[in-house]
Amino acid sequence: MRGGCGGRALRVVRDFNFIPRQPERIVSGRAFIQRVLSFSLLAIALAFSCVPADAADTIKVGAIVSATGPAAFLGDPEEKTLHAYVDSINASGGIAGRKIELFIYDDSSDAAKANSFAKRLIQQDNVDFIIGASTTGSTMAFIQLVETSKVPMLALGAGSVIVEPIRKFVFRMPHSDRLAAQKVLDHMKRHGITSFALLSDTGGYGKSGRNETRKMAASMGLTIPVDETYGERDTDMTPLLTHVKQSDAQAILMFGTGQAPAIIAKNSRQLGMTIPLYASHGQASYEFIRLAGAAGEGMLVPSPALFVADQLPDSDPQKAICLAYKKDFESRFKLDVSTFGGYAYDGLMMGLDAITRAGSLDKEKVRDAIEATKGFVGISGIYNMSPGDHGGLDESALRMVQIKDGKFVEIK
Amino acid sequence: MSTFLQYLFAGLTIGSIYALSALGFTIVYNARGLVNFVQGDFLMLGGMVTATLVPLGWPLPLAIGAAIATTIACAALLQCCAIAPAKQADPVSLIIITIGASIFIQGIAQNVMGRNQHIVPSFSGDAPLRILHASILPQSLWAMGGTVVLVAGVAWFFNGSLVGKAMRAMAINPMAAQLMGIKTKSMLLLAFCLSAFLGAVAGVLAAPITTTVYDIGLTLGLKGFVGATLGGLGSAFGAVAGGLLLGIMEAMIAGYVSPAYKDAVPFVLIILILLLIPQGLFGSRVKDRI
Repeated sequence: MRGGCGGRALRVVRDFNFIPRQPERIVSGRAFIQRVLSFSLLAIALAFSCVPADAADTIKVGAIVSATGPAAFLGDPEEKTLHAYVDSINASGGIAGRKIELFIYDDSSDAAKANSFAKRLIQQDNVDFIIGASTTGSTMAFIQLVETSKVPMLALGAGSVIVEPIRKFVFRMPHSDRLAAQKVLDHMKRHGITSFALLSDTGGYGKSGRNETRKMAASMGLTIPVDETYGERDTDMTPLLTHVKQSDAQAILMFGTGQAPAIIAKNSRQLGMTIPLYASHGQASYEFIRLAGAAGEGMLVPSPALFVADQLPDSDPQKAICLAYKKDFESRFKLDVSTFGGYAYDGLMMGLDAITRAGSLDKEKVRDAIEATKGFVGISGIYNMSPGDHGGLDESALRMVQIKDGKFVEIK
Repeated sequence: MSTFLQYLFAGLTIGSIYALSALGFTIVYNARGLVNFVQGDFLMLGGMVTATLVPLGWPLPLAIGAAIATTIACAALLQCCAIAPAKQADPVSLIIITIGASIFIQGIAQNVMGRNQHIVPSFSGDAPLRILHASILPQSLWAMGGTVVLVAGVAWFFNGSLVGKAMRAMAINPMAAQLMGIKTKSMLLLAFCLSAFLGAVAGVLAAPITTTVYDIGLTLGLKGFVGATLGGLGSAFGAVAGGLLLGIMEAMIAGYVSPAYKDAVPFVLIILILLLIPQGLFGSRVKDRI
């Protein structure tokens, strides 16, 4: 069943097949109607499956995203991006004459659900490659299954555990927290900052970011006189900042998601603090600028090119693709673009690019083609995969930007 | 000294929000003997509706009025469509109804107003005021002042007005109150609307400080409930004191111990209080329940 709508029709038929099997002596009016209905549906299904699909097979893309639940801020733009671009690629004739069929499931931010959807994608939908899941937790829930089933996967979770150790079939799209930490610490060092306060949340992103930052700081000779953690939902950060104020920290680095970094920015203004405030790449979003308001002015953020695309020189290879994505997404959904939708875009395009280069849907060949990806210009950066690196991004994927007049501006 | 004062300001700010939330719990608890877990969502609605209307060009006072009206309408619907039909159901069933309603309201809110974080502009700017080397935001003064006014208003309502006295009578002895001609149904409706009003105002006062999101009611409601229990469930004075105390304790623990333990300590404390003085700090001192 490789026809465009064959999969769905088959499922309908299977459900209706149960009806005649039920024991029934007297054919009631209702049962009769049901029977007629089931036969006519069967006929329709057969008619559809007999329509010859394109000479070439369709490309089946599987995706698992957290479109609802606590991680919806990741999964929602990812889902929208995948739908939008699969539609537009199909509308313009597909990839080398092949249409794309998207099988997308929402794990509602639940790792257990992600696992069962992965089984479905592999065993039932028989997809050619998988994009997702949105979070590191969901991704790890089925990473072993994907590896043993030998299906190429382009993960959207950012955790290092996804690509360390290297798994043959698993690749990762997002920037790692190590990359962000490195970018920020480099900037500090170049500007003569030798000690900084580290404020991180107790969630997965904050914890992992804190670890990477501490390791990186030790190797670069920077000291961390204040190293505090806070709850993701904390609404007041003045006690934390009072500690920072009493220390000799020359800057603050926050590693966290959600509204807390905006509250830190506001409280630091309240306490009259003037030392530079660095955020992680989690704050590279227009929503954050709105939340922080005037308190966000002057903040330093490692950001992908997407948020400064209009300021890039025309010679920058990422400029055109970022501007096009931003325009497409914003005009179609009336929402701000986000880094996360960009990861999904890169995953989809890299997978399709690999299929084109492999010239086949053979999973082993597609995997080899993904691993051989070089100089792939994406929204999130320029990817160079290799057998030793399944993340593919380096420091150049993030740019140091500053919030000025409610906008991100690239700085040196 | 200035450090202590700084922590105290932080505690009083968030404590006044907890106090209003706790007071809302108390009013419904007294009227119906029910812990209303939608209370937190009343706070959420107050903040979220305002945060949604302001970017659409509504002037702030008008948006706040609309948010309060929406929240009260929501509370009236809850009482009429979910609590009243349950009639004499036992308290546990009623609590489960309110938890269900809370999930329902959050579902509607995230679909209508979005899943992302929202912000309400500060009422009078963000320039901090300096008091004895500690600094405080004008919005914190709004939150504290608003709480004082509302608590005073509620105190007058229950002690000075006939309707308030009727509600107290119902809290003390529902049967006798009914025999005296007090309409139980409309009193319950009024109690729900009053708690929604307190919740919505607290939500609006807090939103410029805490930002707001569709599920913020979980946290704020739970803290309010802890505050109410700490002070003695059923006592209005206890609820306000419990809420303030909780806020101050959180800030002190975050400041002098570690922010990481902040959320755990109030809950540890409430277990201790329920084990050692189950009536709460002020539950026994007040003779009647309001």
